[in-house]
Amino acid sequence: MAEKENVIRIENLAKVYQMGEIQVHALRGVSFSVDRGEVLAIMGPSGSGKSTLMNMIGCLDIPSSGDYFLEGELVSSLNDDQLALVRNRKIGFVFQKFNLLARATALANVELPLRYAGINGDRKARAQKALESVGLGDRIYHQPNELSGGQQQRVAIARALVNEPAIILADEPTGNLDSKSGEEIMKLLLDLNKTQGTTLLIVTHDPEVAAVAERIIHLRDGSIEGQEVRS
Amino acid sequence: MNILLNLKEALQSLNANKLRSLLTILGIVIGVASVIALLSIGESAGDSITGEIESIGTNVIYILSGNDSDDVTNPKDLTLQDAEALANSRRAPEVAYVAPVISGGSEISYGAEGRETSISGVTPDYQFVQNITMAEGDFISEAQVEGRSAVVVLGPEIAQNLLGRSSGIIGSAVRIGGYPFRVIGVTEAKGGSAFNNPDNNVFIPISTAQTRLPHGDSPNAVQFILVSVAQAEDADQAIQQITDVLRSTHRIPPRSPNDFSILNQQDFLAVAASITNVLTIFLGGIGAISLLVGGIGIMNIMLVSVTERTREIGLRKALGARKKDILLQFLTESVLLSMIGGLLGIALGWAIALVVSQIATRSGTPLEITVTANSVLLATLFSAAVGIFFGYYPANRAASLAPVEALRYE
Repeated sequence: MAEKENVIRIENLAKVYQMGEIQVHALRGVSFSVDRGEVLAIMGPSGSGKSTLMNMIGCLDIPSSGDYFLEGELVSSLNDDQLALVRNRKIGFVFQKFNLLARATALANVELPLRYAGINGDRKARAQKALESVGLGDRIYHQPNELSGGQQQRVAIARALVNEPAIILADEPTGNLDSKSGEEIMKLLLDLNKTQGTTLLIVTHDPEVAAVAERIIHLRDGSIEGQEVRS
Repeated sequence: MNILLNLKEALQSLNANKLRSLLTILGIVIGVASVIALLSIGESAGDSITGEIESIGTNVIYILSGNDSDDVTNPKDLTLQDAEALANSRRAPEVAYVAPVISGGSEISYGAEGRETSISGVTPDYQFVQNITMAEGDFISEAQVEGRSAVVVLGPEIAQNLLGRSSGIIGSAVRIGGYPFRVIGVTEAKGGSAFNNPDNNVFIPISTAQTRLPHGDSPNAVQFILVSVAQAEDADQAIQQITDVLRSTHRIPPRSPNDFSILNQQDFLAVAASITNVLTIFLGGIGAISLLVGGIGIMNIMLVSVTERTREIGLRKALGARKKDILLQFLTESVLLSMIGGLLGIALGWAIALVVSQIATRSGTPLEITVTANSVLLATLFSAAVGIFFGYYPANRAASLAPVEALRYE
C-alpha cells in the first residue's frame, strides 16, 4: 500500500470504437493512478484520446478492456444504474460549456444531484451552502442567463461539489471564459482542493491551465507519451 | 425523486413551449370532448327511446300479423273478428280491453294549412288501453263507430300546428283526405320524443277509417291489435290465451307456427336496447378515433422534445440520473399534457352535450342529456392511458440515450 491512498487506479485501459468497417483505437492500454487530494492535468492534442479517457474516468462510458478502480471499487464492470450511482456520489463534473439547466435557478441547478441522490430534507440548505462556498450566496435565485460566464461556471462548480464527491472532473473548465474569469475559476478549483482536499482532474490542451497541476500526463494517439511531476 | 418536484419541473418545461403545449393539449381536448359528447348523446337518445317504450306500460300487448322468427308464408291479416274474439271474456279472461287499429297516411288540413300525417282508426276501448285523458271534448264513442261518423280527436300539438290553438276548437271542421271531419275532442298533452309523439296523434272511428283510409285488401283487416291486461303479472297467461284464440280463428293446424306475433314491452325494450347499443358503440368509436389522433400528437411532440433536450438528458445522467428518473420525467410531461387535455375535454364535451340538448328541445324533440360519471371516468382514465401509451416510447428513447452520446449532441 502506498503512503497516500489511490483514489483512481487505471490498469491497461483500452477503448475501441467501431466506425463502420474501421476500428478506431481511441485508447491503447493506459495505466496510471491518482492519489487522494492530488491535482492532475491530462493534456494532449485533439484526437489524442483525452476526451475518451475523461469519459471513462467519469463513468460516462465503458472501456473495451482493462480495469478501472475508483476508491477501490472496480467500476469498469458495473451496470447502467450502478454507474449512475457512482457518477452521482463520487464524481463532480465541470464542463467547458457549463451545462446548466437554462430555465432553472442557480439553486435548483445545484440541487439536481441531491435530488437524484434521493436527499429531500436539507437539500436546499446544502445547495445554498455550496453556492456560498463558490461566492454566489447572493445570486442563488438567478437563472443562468442572468449570470456572467464566470458566474455560471461557479454554479457548475457548486453543483459538482454539492454531493461531496471523491474527484472533480474538469473538462476544459476555462475554455469558454475570458482570461480573467478563467484565472478566477482555476483559483477557485485550487482553493477547493486545498481547503476540502478534493481530488482534481483537469483535462485541457492549454499549457497555462495545466501549469497549476502537481502532475501532468501527456497523451498522444491513445497512449501515455510522458508524465511530468511538478512542484 | 420527489413527485411534486417532478410535476413542477414538467409544468415548467411545458410552460417553456406554451404554444406547442397548447396545440398538443388541443388534440386531446377535441378527442375527449367528442367521446364525452357523443357518448352522452348516444346514451340520452337510448334513454329517450327506452322511456318511450316504458310509457307504453307493462300491461299493454301488441299483436301484429306475420311471424319473423318462424318461416310463415302468406300470413292471414288480423281482422275485426279477431279483435271481437279476443274481447270475449270467456275465451280470453285475462284480457281487459281490446283495441284494433287501422292506421294509414293521409293529408289533414284546416283552411290553407295542411300536412301529411298518420291517422289512426280506433274503437272507444283504445282510450282505456292507452290511458288517454281528454283536455277537452270526448273520445270516439261506440255510436260514432257504428254510425261511421266523420269525427276526429286531435293531439294538442297537431291541433296547435293546424288550427293555431289547442283549445276551444270543438266543432271546428278539418279535412282528412279531402273529406270534412268535425273535431270532437283534444287529448291531454303528454310530451314525447322524436320517435313517437302522442301529442301529434289523429284519431277517427275505426269504421270511418275502413272506408276513408287506404289499408289492406280485406275490408275487415286491421294493422295491429292492442290488448291491455287487467293485471300486469298475468301478462304471460294473457299471451297464452291470445295465442289460443288467434290460432283457432286463423285455423292454424297443431304444430304449425303462429302467423301472428305477440309483443310486449320487454320485447320492444330488447329491440331498442340492441339498436341503442350499436348507436353508442358507433358514436364512441368516432370519439375514440379523435382521441387516438390526439395521442399521436402527444407522441410526436414528445419525440421532438426528447431530441431537443438530448444534451439536457446527457447532463442529468452525468449528475446521477438513472434510467427510470429520465423515464419518469418525460412520462410525467406526457401524462400531464393528456390529463390537462382530458379535464378541458370533459368540460367542453359537457358544454357540447348541453348545446345539443338545447337545440333538440328548441326543435321540438326534447332530449334530456346527462353526462354520466361513467363517461367522465372513462374519458379521464382513457386520456391518462393515452399519455402513458404514447409518452412511453419517447420517454424510453430519452432514458436509453448513452450519456456520452447525449452530452456530445449538438
